[in-house]
Order: sequence, then structure tokens, then C-alpha cells
Amino acid sequence: MNFPSRLIEEAVDQMASLPGIGRKTALRLVLHMLRRDEEDVERFSNAFTTLRSGIKACKICNNLSDTEICGICSDPRREHRTVCVVEGIRELLAIESTEQFRGSYHVLGGVISPMDGVGPNDLYIQSLIDRVQNGTVDEIIFALSTTMEGETTSFYLYKKLSEYDVRVTAIARGVAIGDELQYADEVTLARSIMQRLPYENALPGK
Amino acid sequence: MRIRSLSLVNFKNYEEATLDFSPEVNCLVGDNGSGKTTVLDAIYYLSFCKSYFNPIDSQNVRYDQSFFLIQSQVEKAGEVDKLHCGVKSGQKKQFRRNDKEYQRLADHIGLYPAVILTPNDIDLVKEGSEVRRKFMDGIISQYDRKYLDSLLEYNRALLQRNNLLRFFAENRTYDEESLEVWDHALVKYGEYIHDQRTAFVEKFISFFNDVYQKISGGAEVVSLMYQSQMNDKKLDDLLQDARGKDRQLRRSTQGIHKDDLSFLIQDHPIKKFGSQGQQKTYLIALKLAQYSFIEEATGEKPVLLLDDIFDKIDDKRVGALMELVSQGSFGQIFITDTHEERIPKMFRDIGCDLNVFHVNQGAVDSDAKTMIHGEKE
Ligand SMILES: [Zn+2]
Repeated sequence: MNFPSRLIEEAVDQMASLPGIGRKTALRLVLHMLRRDEEDVERFSNAFTTLRSGIKACKICNNLSDTEICGICSDPRREHRTVCVVEGIRELLAIESTEQFRGSYHVLGGVISPMDGVGPNDLYIQSLIDRVQNGTVDEIIFALSTTMEGETTSFYLYKKLSEYDVRVTAIARGVAIGDELQYADEVTLARSIMQRLPYENALPGK
Repeated sequence: MRIRSLSLVNFKNYEEATLDFSPEVNCLVGDNGSGKTTVLDAIYYLSFCKSYFNPIDSQNVRYDQSFFLIQSQVEKAGEVDKLHCGVKSGQKKQFRRNDKEYQRLADHIGLYPAVILTPNDIDLVKEGSEVRRKFMDGIISQYDRKYLDSLLEYNRALLQRNNLLRFFAENRTYDEESLEVWDHALVKYGEYIHDQRTAFVEKFISFFNDVYQKISGGAEVVSLMYQSQMNDKKLDDLLQDARGKDRQLRRSTQGIHKDDLSFLIQDHPIKKFGSQGQQKTYLIALKLAQYSFIEEATGEKPVLLLDDIFDKIDDKRVGALMELVSQGSFGQIFITDTHEERIPKMFRDIGCDLNVFHVNQGAVDSDAKTMIHGEKE
């Protein structure tokens, strides 16, 4: 595609850098932007600039937040002694949307996967252990996916936590094996988090 | 189960052909390259949803055409089922049973079992251990769904563990705890696979010995053994003991991915000490034992597809084999030969219901149909 303007070309290039957006769609969106008011477009682009510079990771749970401590960790009505361990923000949001879980979270930022170059030190594991070590946690709930990497990460955490006085459980799986947590429907997910089981039960030979 | 009829359109070198089969023995005779093996492959396709010789569908479409069709009527449990498979370039493969499309091809596989034996299968005796693990896996997966899942999980854990070992070596670092979690996964799935392979081989051996003795007339003593590091040690301990070695070699040296089947004749490996005829006999016995095993596990007699099995095997053994095959324990048989008269004569002497198809080279391209004619004998 040849554009009559370098400015349009640059805007299309940027738009097309988003996942799932081809150059045709990008052009349509860019032309749409041109038809909007100038302030409107400024508000639009500002949202992304401030998002990138202003967003923080919660000091306690590693959830995304505007403040040092996220809304969940600072909410006095939640049971902070029950901590649900999730892979990422999307999984946290999936569990939040069930409105059944009243504890708090710990966001690992991924799962252990040597082939992707991700080891325990690349994840927020030490901060989880610190939380347990400080005696602020009674129960840790694993809500990682049932993929090989999710299972292995749970087991790694379980071994790390076994020297502390903390109850370790895992969400019950009505979800098919290999299913990612974020794709589970809300009812199934709500049920599985309420019917969690001691993690040891899931280990072979037990 | 019995295949009543088969029709092909644009499948490999066939423009169009319809074949009506005998419920017992069907011989396809013709020169090399005439297309007789293609008929076996089409039947294999109906069973496994893919070609035995070339798993890439687009390459099985006749030259310059855009689609192929394989259709068949199959008798099973007193009913006649219609099977339909259509492949068109750029479209999803269509597989229908009684006009109903399958959601997953995996639901079809196993319903109409087949066992195929071709000259390529000699790899089982001659090549590396991977072919023999696949042989075991292919049979066990047909009746144990959990086995296939465990195998996939095991391979995933193995891949991750090898990546980690490589990472350790490249970064001159080591972390026991990171390695242990992958050991744990290997043990979890590996022990199950080992148990199932052990149970499989134990049962399989008796089928195998039985068939081999019948074909060879008891001329030689053969045996078959399941070789696994885990036969006398737990995988947990093996992994522990091999820490140094694994780190040095940057890969996992212990586990079911090192398993093998050893094929022995008079207590020596047949690969080195067996004659070509003995190796061939061994292979045939493996395949016929596979047949009996699947029949017992599924309660269904598979279709037996024998492609050009007479090469390098003496007439006495061929006679014994044909007699064995014709005793009724093998259900419906499809067999190819380059020799016009050899097989038909053998089966006629035994007194089987027999259809002979003359597959003619040269004319296949123009009109395969007219060149294939069944003659009821
Ligand atoms: Zn937080």
C-alpha cells in the first residue's frame, strides 16, 4: 500500500504493530481517528502514554495497580491471610469476576519453562515466600493451569513452602486437563475455588 | 468387520475405481507400480484417517486434480456402515460415518481396526529403538487413552528438563531444586508408561511365540524382551544416580525414552544373526501377534493388509503362513503380489472364498476402473 502522507503511513505502521491487526484494518482505524476532534484524539493517545509511565506493580502481590499497594491488598474487607497464587493478571481477573473469592492474590508473572528461558528467579516467587515467612499467611491456594509447566511450578512452590507452617491447597479441577484457567467458565471456576483440596492429595503415590 | 466395497476417485494414481470384495480373501495382482498397494493404502486410510505411506494429504491427490474421495461400505456387528472421506485442497478433511461428520478424527480411529504389513516394516527389525517404541505405543494407545496422554506429558517434561540441563551448562550454573521438579514429572508419567509397556509385552510374547512357531514349523527358538533401565530400578533412583552424567552430556540419559524391545533368535540379536528370511518371518510374526492382540483388546477382528510379503522368504514358510492366515482366525484379508498365479493358486488349494483383482499398469491413468475386474473363483 502506498500512502499519500508519511504521517498516515507512520500511524498505520503503529496501529498494525498491535496483535491481530492487519494493515487494512489499521488504515480503517487511522482514517477513523482523522475524523475525530483533536482533543478526543489527544485523550485517546494520552491514555496510553500515562498507562505506560504510571502503572505500578503492587508491592505485596505484584498485581497491576495505580498505587504502591493495589486495591485488593488495601481492601480491609478482604481476608488477607488466604492467598491465591495465579500465573498472571488475566487469571486474577477471571477469578475476581466470579465474585466468590474473598481472599487476596499473588501474581507470579508466568510459569517455570526452561524452553522459554523462564526459571524460578524470573518469577515473583521469593516475594511469595517472604509473605509466608513473615507469618501473614494461613493458606496458599494454587490456581495455576494444568499444563505441564503450570503443574511443575505448583510442585516447585509446594516444595519451597513445605518448611513453613502454612496450609497449601489447590483449586479443584472440573476443568479438562490442559485447559488454561482463563478459559474456564465462571461457574466452574467459582466452584473449583470453593471446593479446593489439600495439595498433597494431588501428588502421585498418595 | 468386513469391507464390502471400496470406491476411489482421484486417490493417488486412480482416476476412478470401484471394487467389490470377498468377505474372506482378496488378492490384488499386478506389476510393481501398478497401483495394487494403493488399494491397501485406501483401506488403511479408512481405518486410521491417513495414508500409511504419505501422511501429507495433498500429495495423495491424483496429478493435476484438486480433490480425492475414498468411500466404502463396511459390515460391522450385523450393520452396514457407510464411510466417506473427502480431501479437497484448501479445505478441512471431511470424514463421515453414515453421513454424519466426525467432530474429532480421534473418535473414528479404532472403530474399524486394520493391521498392515509392508516391505518398509522391516525397519522394525533393522533400525534403531525409536521404531520399536513407536510399535508398542501404537498398539497400547489403541486401547488405553491415558497411555497416550501420559506419553505426551512425559515428552514435554523431558524436553523441558533437557533445556534446563543445557541452560545449566551454557551459563555455568546449577540448581538442584529446579531440576528435581522435572524429575518429579518424569517419574509421575514414566512409571505409568513403564507399567503399561511391561504388561503389554508380557501378554504380547505369548501371541508372538505362538505365531512364529506356526510359520517356522518350530525350526528355531525365538524370544522377545522388554529392555528398560526401569526394569530393576525406580526411575527416581536412576535420575538421582545419573545427575553427574546428565549434567555433563546436557541431556537426560534415564527413562522410558531409552526403552527398547530386543528381538532374539537362538538367544542372539536377530538384527545381526538372523538371515533375511528369518528377519522377515520375525516381522510377520510381530504383525500377526499385533493382530491377535488388538482383536483381544477390542473384541473386533481387524482387516489384515499384506503388501508384497513374499520377497526373501522361502516357499515352505509362505505355505505355512498362508495356511495360518486362511484358518479363519484372521477375518478378511487383502494381499498383493507381483506374481499372477502364486497366491490365487495357494488359496484355491486351501479352498477359500477368493476374489482376484488384476491391476494393470499403463492403463491406470486413463481409466483404472476398466482395468480392475474382480473374478469370482
Ligand atoms: Zn496487591
